Amino acid sequence: MPVFASVVLVLIVVGALALVASGIWWFTPLASNWNEIDGALLITLGVIGIAFVTLNLFLAYLILRYRAREQERAQFIPDNPKIEKILIGITALGIIILLAPGLFAYSRFISPPRDAMIVEVVGEQWRWTYRYAGPDGKLGRAHPKLISPKNPFGVDIADPAAQDDILSYTELHLPVNRPVLLHIRSKDVIHSFFIPHFRAKMDAVPGMVTHYWFVPTRAGKFQAVCAELCGIGHHRMHSPVIVESLEKFQEWLAKQPTVAATVKP
Amino acid sequence: MSHHDHHQSFWTRYIFSQDHKVIAIQYTVTALFIGLVGLVLSWLMRLQLGFPGEFRFLNPGSYYQILTQHGMIMIVYLLTAILLGGFGNYLIPLMIGARDMAFPFLNMLSYWVYLLSVIVLVAAFFVPGGPTGAGWTLYPPLSALPNAAPGSGWGIKLMLVSLVIFIASATMGGLNYVTTVLQCRTKGMTLMRMPLSVWGIFIGAAMALLAFPALFVGGVMLLLDNLLGTSFFIPAVTLFGQQLPREGGNPLLFQHLFWYFGHPEVYVVILPAMGIASELIATHSRKPIFGYKAMVIAMAAIAVIGFLVWAHHMFVSGMNPYFGFFFAVSTLIIAIPSAVKVYNWLLTLWRGKIQFNTPMLFGIGWISTFIIGGLTGLPLGNVIADVPLHDTYFVVGHFHLVMGVAALMAIFGGIYHWFPKVTGRMFNETLGKLHFWVTFVGAYMIFFPMFLLGILGVPRRYFDFEALQYLPTQTAGLNIVITIAALIVGAAQVVFLVNLIWSAVRGRRAESNPWHATTLEWQTPTTPPPHGNWGAETPTVYRWAYDYSVPGAERDFIPQNVPATPTVPAGTARTV
Ligand code: HEM
Ligand SMILES: [Cu+2]
Ligand SMILES: [Cu+2]
Repeated sequence: MPVFASVVLVLIVVGALALVASGIWWFTPLASNWNEIDGALLITLGVIGIAFVTLNLFLAYLILRYRAREQERAQFIPDNPKIEKILIGITALGIIILLAPGLFAYSRFISPPRDAMIVEVVGEQWRWTYRYAGPDGKLGRAHPKLISPKNPFGVDIADPAAQDDILSYTELHLPVNRPVLLHIRSKDVIHSFFIPHFRAKMDAVPGMVTHYWFVPTRAGKFQAVCAELCGIGHHRMHSPVIVESLEKFQEWLAKQPTVAATVKP
Repeated sequence: MSHHDHHQSFWTRYIFSQDHKVIAIQYTVTALFIGLVGLVLSWLMRLQLGFPGEFRFLNPGSYYQILTQHGMIMIVYLLTAILLGGFGNYLIPLMIGARDMAFPFLNMLSYWVYLLSVIVLVAAFFVPGGPTGAGWTLYPPLSALPNAAPGSGWGIKLMLVSLVIFIASATMGGLNYVTTVLQCRTKGMTLMRMPLSVWGIFIGAAMALLAFPALFVGGVMLLLDNLLGTSFFIPAVTLFGQQLPREGGNPLLFQHLFWYFGHPEVYVVILPAMGIASELIATHSRKPIFGYKAMVIAMAAIAVIGFLVWAHHMFVSGMNPYFGFFFAVSTLIIAIPSAVKVYNWLLTLWRGKIQFNTPMLFGIGWISTFIIGGLTGLPLGNVIADVPLHDTYFVVGHFHLVMGVAALMAIFGGIYHWFPKVTGRMFNETLGKLHFWVTFVGAYMIFFPMFLLGILGVPRRYFDFEALQYLPTQTAGLNIVITIAALIVGAAQVVFLVNLIWSAVRGRRAESNPWHATTLEWQTPTTPPPHGNWGAETPTVYRWAYDYSVPGAERDFIPQNVPATPTVPAGTARTV
């Protein structure tokens, strides 16, 4: 039994590493500026990976080496402050190694650049819709009480900044290599706007506007999904995210409806 | 004795009993029963995920209802109830040398109120609309608006009522456990001589008393939002294009209340499990627990810091992003006392004489699953790393391993370990070992791949993954493997139940101290111990709980109630 037990533990470690090494399930190829997020996550996974392997192999060794044998008696070792201090030191060090780059990356994640293009994301059961600021670069005011079938975003058409806002009911288009700041809202329950290739997500909460920013670094077609349980359509709440050259983006944008043209009180 | 008297005594002895041991068994049996329901629900979910569309009765609505009931049952009605109500009840009085709990009547009431909460919970399966499908976290507005989620009529109300009843029960129980530990210890049983099981249950129960009120408040407010149309948690919203007459509330307020309960709740479960695991590991490696004092301090530290980390569940909730710094740091600090515990279990095995019986195997399983489950909490606590991982399968893997599987390892190990005391009979070792190996290896097969799915970005709580465009083709195969493993692990639990029931009736008679353990529950004059536990006198305690393999002693264990004499040294002199 002890030999079997330690072999199984070793096999579990080997199996786990093999599954990781197979590379079948791993990060999607990054398509945003957030290599710092990947970096912090990889350091963290590295540290815990080392700990996982070391501790389990040590466990496997212990049960093999100290299995009950007739002649031997267990040793009375109630504690050993020196070993404990060393281990606490190593642990604290490991935690600093993964936390420091993590907090650094986080502080960048929550500080959007001033020149970012603002796009509004509005979630509802069960789709994502988008609003662009239009030529004036400003999103018009919106309020949930103004939402109606003719005004699905609840924009305040009395606000001059709202007139030129552009609406997209299906796709999110973004120009490549330009910082984007999302303003995220929800009309009903909580959703979460997650684009795996960009590594970023944030809940869409009714009654408030949440934010995150990124720079798409690669043209292509990606997918935004919902990452917060929002009812029976949760697993089907997704939307294409298309990153393209600035020209193509502007071409597309020009074809989308504006608030002035489509929204009636 | 007349027939009538006999009848009476049956009822007061086995049904409305105030004996802590009977109440413990009642709690354990009820929790295992409802846990079995939770297990069957997990099979249904895995059937859908492994073979999407094959099982017609599973649709998104029923999947989310099953998901919600499964999560709540496992965490609250199985783990919390069995660890505090089951183990807490059985072990506290026996391990501290008391005759019973401080308030036996309240103790009995606590069980019956718990049973009521379970009945209300299960009733949700039979009401119109079925149980709530808002997820075990019950986030409003999803859980508060009519028709936003399945079961938004009767289901959510029954869930909230059941939780409120459960909290009443947990409060009665918790007050009892805490008071008993503080007031009813026998002569010589100082706090620092208590076995770690008692420490774990004691601190866990104290945390429950401080954490459950937040859930109570949140639950009652949510119930009012549901029943009376108040808007504690509901801002101005539309539903399917319709304006609702609600405004002014804040959904994040509920999340703060929920996790102010929810995170400490993890420790309410894990601290007693840690204590039980310590007993398993020390006893069956014939060695004192390594660093007893450090173990107690670590548990106390975890309890205190455990109240300061709740918002790590809310890093991407829309709360003020600057909170992220604080909660990331506090969360990773808590990793240090948790790591100390792991090191100390490993160092307990070091130079021990490890007995490979079923309880010890579960002790080893506990260490391994707690390691993988605990470590994977670090990326989730390291705020920026949580941004991609939050609400993906990484989280499902993490909490199942650390709180589900690890806690169950301790619970199963504990049940096997104390079975001879509770029933006076031995369980079947072969079946026990079979149960262990299938559960342990199976748990890794089910939950380890989920980490990789999470890194890939697969969101949790998905009825199927067909809409996701970035999954490798092998994912369908992986989900089948996970499902098959889940079915096999489930079947192994049947082996466990058969073993328990059969052995309780037919098992070989057990000695009163079959493991040669030092703690008081093994020193009772009769086995199983009668109502009142001890003979004429409660025992007197002369030493700490871990005098195993004391140099110079004749045998490799010295019970706590053996006085120090020249021939039987008090091995504890150095530490306590
Ligand atoms: C063999 C045993 C188990 C299996 C196969 C299993 C399987 C599952 C599955 C498939 C899900 C749904 C994942 C999703 O769709 O996001 C789930 C959710 C969950 N499980 Fe388990 N589970 C098991 C045991 C446990 C245990 C012991 C616990 C106790 C902590 C537990 C707690 C939960 C919780 C809290 C959820 C989340 C519910 C929610 O998202 O609202 N499970 N489980
Ligand atoms: Cu959703
Ligand atoms: Cu937590």
